This record gives sequence, C-alpha cells and structure tokens, in this order.
Amino acid sequence: MTTDALALPALPRTSGANRLAFHALPVAAVLAFLILGWYALAVGLNSMQVTDRFKRDGITWTTPQLLAATWSMDRPVLPAPHQIAQDFYQTVFATPVTSKRSLVYHAGVTVSATLVGFVFGSLLGIALAIGIIHLPVLDRSLLPWIIASQTVPILAIAPMVVVVLGNAGFTGLLPKAVISMYLCFFPVTIGMVKGLRSPDALQLDLMRTYSASRAQVFRKLRWPAATRFLFASLKVAIAGSLIGAIVGELPTGAQAGLGARLLSGSYYGQTMQIWSALIMASLVGVVLVCIVALAERLVLRYQGSPA
Amino acid sequence: MSANRATYIAAIILMVIGLVTPAGWLANPTAFAFALLACAGAGLCFWSHSLSVDHVAGTLGLFAGAAGTLILLSGAGPFGTQAPGLWLFVAGWTLFLWQRLDVLARSAGHGVAALLAPGLFGLALLYLWQVVVTGFAVPQVLLPSPAQVATVLGNRADILWPDFRQTFLKAVLAGFVIGNAAGFLTAMIADRIAFIKRGVLPLCNLASAMPIVGIAPIMVMWFGFDWHSKAAVVAVVTFFPMLVNTLAGLASVDAMQRDLMHSYGASFGQTFAKLRLPSALPFVFNALKVNSTLALIAAIVAEFFGSPILGLGFRISTEVARLNVDVVWAVIAVAALAGSVFYGAIAAIERVCTFWHPSYRR
Repeated sequence: MTTDALALPALPRTSGANRLAFHALPVAAVLAFLILGWYALAVGLNSMQVTDRFKRDGITWTTPQLLAATWSMDRPVLPAPHQIAQDFYQTVFATPVTSKRSLVYHAGVTVSATLVGFVFGSLLGIALAIGIIHLPVLDRSLLPWIIASQTVPILAIAPMVVVVLGNAGFTGLLPKAVISMYLCFFPVTIGMVKGLRSPDALQLDLMRTYSASRAQVFRKLRWPAATRFLFASLKVAIAGSLIGAIVGELPTGAQAGLGARLLSGSYYGQTMQIWSALIMASLVGVVLVCIVALAERLVLRYQGSPA
Repeated sequence: MSANRATYIAAIILMVIGLVTPAGWLANPTAFAFALLACAGAGLCFWSHSLSVDHVAGTLGLFAGAAGTLILLSGAGPFGTQAPGLWLFVAGWTLFLWQRLDVLARSAGHGVAALLAPGLFGLALLYLWQVVVTGFAVPQVLLPSPAQVATVLGNRADILWPDFRQTFLKAVLAGFVIGNAAGFLTAMIADRIAFIKRGVLPLCNLASAMPIVGIAPIMVMWFGFDWHSKAAVVAVVTFFPMLVNTLAGLASVDAMQRDLMHSYGASFGQTFAKLRLPSALPFVFNALKVNSTLALIAAIVAEFFGSPILGLGFRISTEVARLNVDVVWAVIAVAALAGSVFYGAIAAIERVCTFWHPSYRR
C-alpha cells in the first residue's frame, strides 16, 4: 500500500441533488439486477437440499412449490433477500436492545471498540506525521518502515494481541481497540505527511518573510492546508478500524460483537445470522464513513473553503 | 559547538559511565573490549572532520557496541534492574545511533545509499528488542526475542513451508488472479456502457466502507474448509479496488488525447489498446499493490473460520491457544516476508510496464 492509495482522483464535484438524479436510476437498476440474481442463485444453491427432502418424503413437486421451498428454508445455503430482511428486522427492532440476541447490542460492542481505536490510532498517526515532517531522521529511517509495515498482514497478529493482552489482565474492549488502532494509524500518517507538506514553496517563503516560528508555520499554514488530506485518510482509517474491531472479536471465542455473531453463526450453521451480522457491519461502516464526511463538510465550511 | 557534537559527547559520556557502573563488565572482558571499541568509534566520529572516516568509525562502533552488550547478556548473572551500567550504556548507544542516523539521513543519496538509514534503523530496532527482552527476562509468552523467533524459523521449517504453500501459493495466488481479472473485465464492460458505470461506481464506493472480509464464514460454508473457500474470499476482497481503480484509469485520458485519436480515425479497439489502456496502467498497478496486502490478510482471516490442519492463519490461531508465541511470531515473519516480496514483485513489474510514468523520472 503506497502513498498513491490515497490519491485517487475525485469524481467531478456536482451538487448533491444533481448527483442523486444522475446516479439514482442506474444504481436502482444494478441493485434490482443483483437482487434478482440473488433469488436465482438461492434457487440454484438450495434446490439440492430441497429436492432431497421432497424425495425422502415421497412428494412429487411442481416448480412453484420448489421455488417457494428454496426461498423459505430454515438453514439455507443462501438465504433469499426477504429472509435476511426478516431476520434483520427480528434481531434489530423486535428484540430489546439489552438482550444478547439483539443485533443492536452487538453492533454497539463493536462500534465502541472501533471508535476508541479510531481516536487513538488517528492521534498516533498525526503525531508520527508531525515528527516525520520536522525531523529528517524519522523521515529517512522511520517512514520506509511504516510503509513496509503495511505489506505485513497486520490482522494476522490479532489473535496474539488478544491472547497476550488477555494474559496480562486486559480483556474486553482494549485488545480490540489496539488492533483497530494499528490499522488506523497508517493511512493517517501517510495522508498527513502529504498534507502537512502540501503548502508550496511560495507560501512557506511568505511565512519566512514574516519571520514566523516553526510552531507558527505549523499552526497557521501547514495544519489548515492538511485538512482535506486529514479527512480523506480518516475515512479510510475508520473503515479499517471497523475491520480491526470485528477481526479482534474472532479469537476471544464469540462472546459479544458483530465478529462474534459471524463466528457463532459459522459454528452452528446459522446462515441467516451471518448475513444479518454482515449487513449490520456494512451499515455501520457506511454510517461511520458518512459521519466523517459530514464532519469534513462542517470543518471545511468553518475554514471558509468551498466544500 | 553544534548540536551534532553535543550529541556525540552526551553519547560518549553515557556509554563511559555505563562501563564503570556495575553490570558484570569485569567478569566478561570480551564484552568490555567490544563496548570500549564502541566508545572509541563515537570518539573518532566526534574528532574527525572527514565524512568517510565518520561513516566507517560510526558503523563499526555501533556494531561493536551491539556485539558487546549481546556477549554480556549471553553470560550468566542477574541483569534487569541489577545491571544499571548495561542500560546506561544502551542509552548512550541509542543516542550514538540517533546521531549516525541523522548524518546518514542528511547525506543520503540515491539507490543503495538511500537504503542505509532505514536498514540501520531496522537492525537497531531488532537489536534493542533483543536486548530489552533478554536483559529484563521478559516471559516468552509476552514477547519472544528475535533470536528465539529466528530459531523457530530454522527448526520448524517443516511445518511452516506447507502452511505457506497452503495459504499463499494456493489460496492467495488463485484468489488474487481471479479477483483482479474479474474486476478488470467488469471495469471494461462498465466503461463501455455508461449506464452500468453510473450504477456500479456508487455501490463500489459503498463497498469500500464495508468489512468485506466478513463474508469469510459464508465462503467457508459454500466451498468447504480447504483453500478454495479462502481463494473465494480473496477474489471478492480484491475485486472492488481493481474495479474502481481501472474505471478511474480508463477515464483518466484527457479530451485532447482523445481528439487526437479521433482525428487519426482510430477505431475503438485502437484507441483502447494504444491510448486508454496504457494510461490506465498506473491505476491498475496501484490496485494490484493495494490488493497484494489485502489478499494475504483476507486469506489469513478466512482461515480463522475453519481450515484443514494447515495454513498460516490456522497455525496462528492454534499456536496462540497453546501459548507458543514464538511460533506465532515466526508465522508472522513468514507472512510479512511473503507480503513484502509479493508487493516488491508487483512494484518491479510496474516499473517495467510503466517506465514512461513521470514518477520514475530522475
């Protein structure tokens, strides 16, 4: 993962309403196509079990019966979308939030670890970036290792972090937050190094003619210039943080959290539970990124730049 | 006096104080001699005004200091808080190192010379890790020393190699090829039909916010415990970055270039092969590099959900449960090495294929 990863060209900025109209129909079409394909796939994947059952019971079946049966199995290979929606509704709205069966409860567990890891990871990332732009030693010797550290499958250490910290007496939120933090700091460091260096020579020269101190250059020029870069990397970071929290829940043996729901669903063959957890995780991810995007707009407006 | 020379003096003073403070130096003359050499190296760096003398004396001094402390630690005797001299010496050594890194960073050139500072930094980190772990006798369950990890790497190669083959050579490579090829082909179709592109792009942007690795239990259910399910997860995870980047790359051609092709009367195929594909290549390689890391992560995480009795992810989760933390670190070292080599190979191919790109200009 290099520095270029954050430099994807932005789509042309049009106003929100326009973009919605421009994309709404195609997105709806693609979604409709996906859902239809899903139903078809559900028939294909589930029909084997259904026909077996029909044969065992000695029932002769018609096509509509077969379709209905493949879309309403208890433990389907692939549940139909409406079954997932039902299970999702059941576990989110029809169950009290405090219950262990409530998906909201599990999402809350995961989100709290995500946010703690995100805050500390971002702070660490910003601190490293500040060190790197001010000290040539760190720039030359630490930055290459930070970049190299990302070719290491960091999530592989998740079980070890959980077990080692658990041995040291830390359980629950902290180990997960540490893993999230580890995934967060990198995009923030890289983005902030780029952002803090983004003021051009002319602007830096101007600060020099004002005889501004290093701290003043930082506060009045570099920091504001880095805002866009900061938020671009925060969006990547919070998505990574969520993944870290979910994976961090796997080795503890499925106690609480979305990762635990995935794992226990996979142990007991509860496909619907897995899909509901997956949908919840995706929703949480999208909402978190949207919150960061909203914060970006507010900050940019406060700074007076065209958002 | 410049800040450079002050750091050297501080380093030398710390190291010398360390040598006269009790740490078992007297019982181990070899260690003491090496440690003295380190002080001499720092002194030479302080006195000389020649950069090349500095480099030789500094590097030799640092290595001598490291060797001295390691020899001392290999001997008997209580260390930790009972050997204050050792830690004073190590503190001085670290200051010395910092100063050398600073000089290297300021004078670094291109090519191999640019690798000196990060190389020294990496070695120093390993050394400090080793010294702290052995010096304070950190329990192996908490953190094994690099030497222990290296021993496991050597001794247990018979289990690590099949794990590597299972996870990397089978699951990662197969999934990587399938996912990237599918992403690239989908991008070509979506690029041809604007309606699909407008529908697919927002969904892909949404997908980047989702923890796609979560499909692992489903894939394990569908494709079984063996590597096929891991390859499927890898394929899905690598699909979206490739799709988004290829679309961006194919759209990166500007109107002037397109007009030129048009004025040549080039067909769609010709424009694609001679203009749009080459200009999309940097984006495609960017996706390949991002995916090289994602693929390894996805395969390892997918193994946490069930696998046959081999694979890097399987090894990590079982050895952690047995508290064989040194084996876990060895597996992580293997994965890190595989990831770096994979990334490096893609970067090398990129250099050959996109040699014209401005970022490679000197």
